[in-house]
Amino acid sequence: MDPHTQQTILDAVQQHGKENLIVMLGTPSPEAAAIAAETVTTGDPTYAGPLAETRLGLTVYHILEEQVRAAIDPELYDQQVGLMADTLDGPAIAAAVAQARAALASE
Amino acid sequence: MAKPVLIAAAAALAHAPGLIALGSKPAREIARDPSVAARIHANLRGFDAAVGYAPNQAFIGSVHPRAMGPRPHFNRILDGGQRFGPDGEIMPETEFLGLMALADQFKLIRLSPQLAQSSAEALMRHPLHDFFDPGKLRSAIGDPQVEVSRGAIPLHVTDTGIAGSLAAGHHEDTNLMAHVLAENLACKASGALALAHLLKLHDLDPASIDYVIGCSEEAVGDRYQRGGGNLGKAIAEMAGCVEASGADVKNFCAAPVPAIVIAASLVAAGVFRRVAVVGGGSLPKLGMKFEGHLKNSMPILEDSLGAVAALIGEDDGRSPVIRLDAIGRHRVKSGSSAEAIMDALVTAPLDQIGLKITSIDDYATELHNPELTEPQGSGNVPERNYRMLAAMAVRQKLIAREEIGRFVADHGMPGFAPTQGHVASAFCYLAHARRGLTDGGADRIMMMAKGSLFLGMMTGQSDGMSFILERNRG
Amino acid sequence: MFAGKKIIVIGERDGVASPAIAACLAATGCEVVLMATECFV
Repeated sequence: MDPHTQQTILDAVQQHGKENLIVMLGTPSPEAAAIAAETVTTGDPTYAGPLAETRLGLTVYHILEEQVRAAIDPELYDQQVGLMADTLDGPAIAAAVAQARAALASE
Repeated sequence: MAKPVLIAAAAALAHAPGLIALGSKPAREIARDPSVAARIHANLRGFDAAVGYAPNQAFIGSVHPRAMGPRPHFNRILDGGQRFGPDGEIMPETEFLGLMALADQFKLIRLSPQLAQSSAEALMRHPLHDFFDPGKLRSAIGDPQVEVSRGAIPLHVTDTGIAGSLAAGHHEDTNLMAHVLAENLACKASGALALAHLLKLHDLDPASIDYVIGCSEEAVGDRYQRGGGNLGKAIAEMAGCVEASGADVKNFCAAPVPAIVIAASLVAAGVFRRVAVVGGGSLPKLGMKFEGHLKNSMPILEDSLGAVAALIGEDDGRSPVIRLDAIGRHRVKSGSSAEAIMDALVTAPLDQIGLKITSIDDYATELHNPELTEPQGSGNVPERNYRMLAAMAVRQKLIAREEIGRFVADHGMPGFAPTQGHVASAFCYLAHARRGLTDGGADRIMMMAKGSLFLGMMTGQSDGMSFILERNRG
Repeated sequence: MFAGKKIIVIGERDGVASPAIAACLAATGCEVVLMATECFV
């Protein structure tokens, strides 16, 4: 994740607190989803930005996860995300993000 | 209204591994940790490897992207790959540094006598030597070592020391600092190289060009007009287009497509007879994803500047027609969902002339070479675009879901362009498209580009534009 | 699931852009506090 984006996330955490905060990703690949999810949970695995070795422990989801889709109006979801849901590997992306959540929970 | 056609297209690569250290990402990482420079240096590839690299051969037209063979490409040499191809060339760094010095009218670049001489000798033997007058390199001879001690940046470093330098154009103006001018001069020199190839390959009189539209990524200017300058006319001058004027069109990676649409419109309206569109290479993007290459024990493949030139003119009865009645554009109200963007760029213009997604033979979209993006985790950009197009075709019930793979293979192609967004965004396919629509079997090819306007922080909007090239029925 | 939550949206140009994600979330009773779209090409 871009170091600048990491800093803005850090700022948002400081402003709003972690309690009610959720990160929602739109990354296109399982690899990118895994890196982004790790960055906001256990810390930037690429050591490129301010979230390196920073354990934010935020709740993270991806817009292509089934449980997220279920919470959104189907027509709206299809209109905004449908084409990418048809294009990208949703299950693999979902698994990558779920793994980051599980890693956080097991700590 | 005159029918505008694509008269010619050309492409050139400048293999410049020594300039990678000036790329935006490598320069930042080297500043943070100077040992990165040695790691980069140890993982560069030689000129022969760059010439034999299948995606580079596709770039200069020797092989169609669909015929590049199986990946990986980086660890093999394509049979028969030569420096010069049907659409242009791959220029070695020594010659390109000379070309940059010839592009510099303000004596900011200084070359060592040895470098100036070897560059001039090689350029004298170059088929385009008439365009560039290599004898003038004598006036670029200086002492780069001393220049660097006075604050210039090193442009070329050999085992024996600094052989090339570039001084700032102004001591206070950040827009004229040496590294900014390095980007602009590299862009000008590579753009002029592509335009000169276009003129030579197609036997065109430089004086027949009326206007040159620059669509490069670099912003040229000074502190009172940061991006206000113009590479189009600078490139026109360097390529000997003495009758031409010029200006630039900016739109992030999408710029070449609107530039071509504007050029075609100028021709259609009868304002000009021949308009060239030129995009030079992007120095800031050299080595952009070098960390991915190092991590995967690959040579640093983002080592070449890519440049493309196209000529739009009046109908000659043969060259592919630019369909001005079917221009796709992303509107302010379009929205930023993928479907909204694809609707605006693909479905809407096709609807306008009664065609469907499947009516297009080839789609030229974001043709970034996946060997550059995948090692860094950015995935296969063209494949994603083609899958998106196929998913659109499924939604429109034009193909079945099981046919997605086949649609991607038939209407798409593997990426082969350097990660210099404007060059990768359909622009690099122009010469192939022209060949396919004249000597080849294609009837319609769509060129589409997307620009991430939000990166400039003036709007959250995306942008994009498309046009259709069609076989000329005479 | 999202009612009363504050959401940071990290979209990607090559995946799902953040305005499209935010549009989806608009009616779920949450507040989008940060939107970024990354571009890696």
